Amino acid sequence: MSVFLQTNLGIAILTLLESLAIIVPLLLGVAYLTWFERKVMGAIQLRKGPNVVGPFGLWQPFADAIKMMFKETIFPTGADKVLFTIAPMITFGLAVVAWAVIPVNDHWAVANINVGILYLFAISSLGVYGIIIAGWASNSKYAFLGALRSAAQMVSYEVSMGFVIVTVLICVGSLNLNDIVLAQRHIWFAIPLLPLFVIFFISGLAETNRAPFDLAEGETEIVAGFFVEYSAMTFALFFLGEYANMILISAMTTTLFLGGWLSPIPFAPFTLIPGVFWFLLKILVCLFVFVWVRATLPRFRYDQIMSLGWKVFLPISLVWLVLTAGFLEIFGMLPHA
Amino acid sequence: MTRLGRMAWGLVLWEILCGLALTLRYFFKPKATINYPYEKNPTSPRFKGEHALRRYPNGEERCIACKLCEAVCPAQAITIEAAPRDDGSRRTTRYDIDMTKCIYCGLCEEACPVDAIVEGPNFEFATETREELLYNKAKLLDNGDRWEPELAKRLELDAPYR
Repeated sequence: MSVFLQTNLGIAILTLLESLAIIVPLLLGVAYLTWFERKVMGAIQLRKGPNVVGPFGLWQPFADAIKMMFKETIFPTGADKVLFTIAPMITFGLAVVAWAVIPVNDHWAVANINVGILYLFAISSLGVYGIIIAGWASNSKYAFLGALRSAAQMVSYEVSMGFVIVTVLICVGSLNLNDIVLAQRHIWFAIPLLPLFVIFFISGLAETNRAPFDLAEGETEIVAGFFVEYSAMTFALFFLGEYANMILISAMTTTLFLGGWLSPIPFAPFTLIPGVFWFLLKILVCLFVFVWVRATLPRFRYDQIMSLGWKVFLPISLVWLVLTAGFLEIFGMLPHA
Repeated sequence: MTRLGRMAWGLVLWEILCGLALTLRYFFKPKATINYPYEKNPTSPRFKGEHALRRYPNGEERCIACKLCEAVCPAQAITIEAAPRDDGSRRTTRYDIDMTKCIYCGLCEEACPVDAIVEGPNFEFATETREELLYNKAKLLDNGDRWEPELAKRLELDAPYR
């Protein structure tokens, strides 16, 4: 068996299985995230949320999926059909691809590469292409406005997000996500780097175009933004991509600041529970905050978003980067990995 | 508060945290939802729902074809034709209500001198085609027979206020 796994075919099959082991739970997670969001938002608004399809409305995501599959994909007049179809695939594909480097448990990543965090950052930056192409190919002014807004927003927030990541990196001394988690054995980075943790999370909200930064969708002003013209499965792919991105940002927050798969209580009965459980639990908490924030805050005005990104987050993260680096240097705590 | 003080509060996201705390409190509150098809809100005796033509206890229809309801109907949803019956009494030969026109104002009920046309408690009479909502006399009398116990009770409860 182990000999077979060394052959090219064996490696291919193994890779395929590994990818499936990530993609299938991810898709299920996305499906149930929609259910979770509707339930939580319902509860906050004194409603019950979906509760008719199956026990506690648990089959709702499947009902929605079947509905989406049986609808017709409409191509608007003058739309670029090729780009119009590719855009949602890019969005969804990138959201899935990024998961390759996320360590679910100690060394449990499809690709435990040494530039993991750089890879993640690059992939999440590429996400803007899906949106820009969708907005452009739709041949609709609302879609185009949404795409422009979303592109500007994602670029702005990536800058401060980058500085936050750099700060984490100088505390760890490695770009490997596995090492980043292991560096948090004694204390989660969320505690010493609390402001950066908050900035990272809020930038994550902006990065995934979630409320209160959902200017790209802006139902009240530009109808649905970059995906106004999308229907059926192409729409579903955007939807899946957005929610997969939410899970991804939660996983990144967990990995960078909340100690990844490490148990929050570092002694016997809790450390025996497999790391996957803690990892999923932390992601779930992050996702709850995502939904909670959406149910609480109204949408920002566009200039407010820009000034928050450039005039508040960027200076703060920059100063904290310098402060952290100086602190580590003075007290000789810089890791030399 | 000074400008600097406000900025400091803003930086620690104070107002946002207050908002989050508020929504979290609502998260745990009992829900206001009525589980509609399985649970229903009580309706008032004056609730104006689906129309019905009532009968006297001996089975004789109440309507005397006075056409007051037809005259008062602001949406002109009611159409009545009348002729003397074989026993000489004046009766309707046709009593149609176009439920797609009806605005459920209840004026027909108010106008009726013999409590024949009433609006009942039923509001679940959605149909798949428009034609099914063009009610004729048979349908209205059938409604009256079906809902009579409740209709009588509602009239009795509302009587002191009329």
